[in-house]
Amino acid sequence: MSNEARLQPARLWPGDVLKVGAVGLRTRPTRAFLSALGIAIGIAAMVAVVGISSSSQAELDETLDALGTNLLTVSPGTRLTGEQAQLPLASESMVRRIAPVQALSAIGRVEDANVYRSDKIPAIQTNGIVPYAARTDLLTTIGGTVRNGKWLDAATGSYPATVLGSSAAERLGISRSGPDIQVLIGGEWFTVLGILEPAALAPELDSAALIGWPAADSTLGFDGHPTTIYTRSIDAQVESVRAVLGATANPEAPNEVEVSRPSDALAAKQAAGEAFTGLLLGLGAVALLVGGVGVANIMVISVLERRAEIGLRRSLGATRGQIRSQFLTESLLLSALGGIGGAVLGSGVTAAYAAYQDWLTVIPLWAVIGGIAATLVIGALAGLYPAIRASRLSPTEALATP
Amino acid sequence: MIELTEVTKLYPGGVAALGGVSLRIDRGELVAIVGPSGSGKSTMLNVLGTLDRPTSGTVRIDRYDVARLSDSGLSALRATRIGFVFQQFHLASGVRAVDNVADGLLYSGLRASQRRKRAAAALERVGLEHRMDHEPHELSGGERQRVAVARAVAGEPPLLLADEPTGALDTASGAGVMQLFRDLHADGTTVVIITHDRDIAASLPRQVQMRDGRIVAEVRS
Repeated sequence: MSNEARLQPARLWPGDVLKVGAVGLRTRPTRAFLSALGIAIGIAAMVAVVGISSSSQAELDETLDALGTNLLTVSPGTRLTGEQAQLPLASESMVRRIAPVQALSAIGRVEDANVYRSDKIPAIQTNGIVPYAARTDLLTTIGGTVRNGKWLDAATGSYPATVLGSSAAERLGISRSGPDIQVLIGGEWFTVLGILEPAALAPELDSAALIGWPAADSTLGFDGHPTTIYTRSIDAQVESVRAVLGATANPEAPNEVEVSRPSDALAAKQAAGEAFTGLLLGLGAVALLVGGVGVANIMVISVLERRAEIGLRRSLGATRGQIRSQFLTESLLLSALGGIGGAVLGSGVTAAYAAYQDWLTVIPLWAVIGGIAATLVIGALAGLYPAIRASRLSPTEALATP
Repeated sequence: MIELTEVTKLYPGGVAALGGVSLRIDRGELVAIVGPSGSGKSTMLNVLGTLDRPTSGTVRIDRYDVARLSDSGLSALRATRIGFVFQQFHLASGVRAVDNVADGLLYSGLRASQRRKRAAAALERVGLEHRMDHEPHELSGGERQRVAVARAVAGEPPLLLADEPTGALDTASGAGVMQLFRDLHADGTTVVIITHDRDIAASLPRQVQMRDGRIVAEVRS
């Protein structure tokens, strides 16, 4: 035949491929919505998990940026015999002589004294609140802030006045400071001077009642030994300061000193959270996979139900490839709808949770793009088998279906 | 237009739906293929429409040897040379008549605007210019079949195959649809109508009578 070579099927315009692929979605919107929902839940779970963990990381980074990572603390450990060690009275001044140490402060536990809201409270209900003698530069050294009232100064530090940690105030039922608000510490009345915000780098202060060093000495018989020394060093020198800190604080028994870096503890807590994030991400992936199976299932049913349509299209001149691409496009559209919906849903959940926690909302772009790309892969896989089945259907058989 | 030479079609299980059929239909003819159910006329339509390949024998449509065309070649042949009309109409529900017709041109390579223009023209040709925007459920059976005819002829194929086109219609609408085929034939289209209805067959200029997969008689009137 002379003109046989010219018998080439026409290609579909890209817009038409999309339109034909969307026929199934338009004619059965409920079904399309439900099967896309399966995919959406998987993607939403994954995006939200990544988003929430990133937001919490960003929050921690911001906290550490604000508070600094150059805080080292020194506290007494235990003696070889097992009893609680003590830091020497001179430990503060000795640590201050380490050259890279820029700032230093200390608290000292006041032994045998408890804190009560009033003298009517049974002695046994201590609420776990511990009175500490505090240096007046404590707050600037640890980067803490006062929520209400004032911090101790040289004057108030000599009087029976106290600043409560955030949870200590809560446990005592005190929400504001004032000259008329007093608590009983070691049998003496102390005026509540201020209440602190939670201290991220010194969580032990949250349940403390802080009083001035001289007042502790004069009214409560404080022995003057510091129980925690806080130091700020030049950033680059933190590790070398850490190496000498123990021996400097207690030259006679350096092994009885514990040195720690609170920012490390916060980062470690975050890292523990990351492991959990991995697990949740795996659960999200399983949900996504189940969603993909749902799409495959719907596509198989769709091909069975639309045999007459397939036959008609073949009679109108559709090639096998065009039938295949129609169903593949439908499957891809379904999962892309699910993917985009899921990404939006997951971002919304992240934003809501971050707002609730008072965090910055951070949704990594790679998570959103990766999630949508994953749905497309799943859609292609789910649609491949049904699409091939549809294209292999013989046109006569398809048309014979009522 | 159509040339069948010793065409047989065997189905698995040894059923011979066509047992050596030779038939020649020239360009511009209006032919009825008539026979009781089981006579092989549906298989005949599938073979004529290149929807099915014969077991043996040659089929030539518009000078193309069907056996020598690939699946995509056959698809292109159907898209450009053959229009189909089915008993059950096969219209997409929830889609306007004009879009149903335009979708028939989807595989012709025309642009959407062109397809719509041609669809409107085809609907006018079957006398449904006032039903363009109606969906199938808003149309009578006769009107639906007219939409299906419009879809089949929108691409102006030289060959129109109709499978029991009046089978699902009442007498009056059936007569209307038959008149449509006569008009198309008058405009130069080759029309082959497959039917079991002897009266309809008798109204056409050439009748090919089938029984048990063979042509038993030919009448020209």
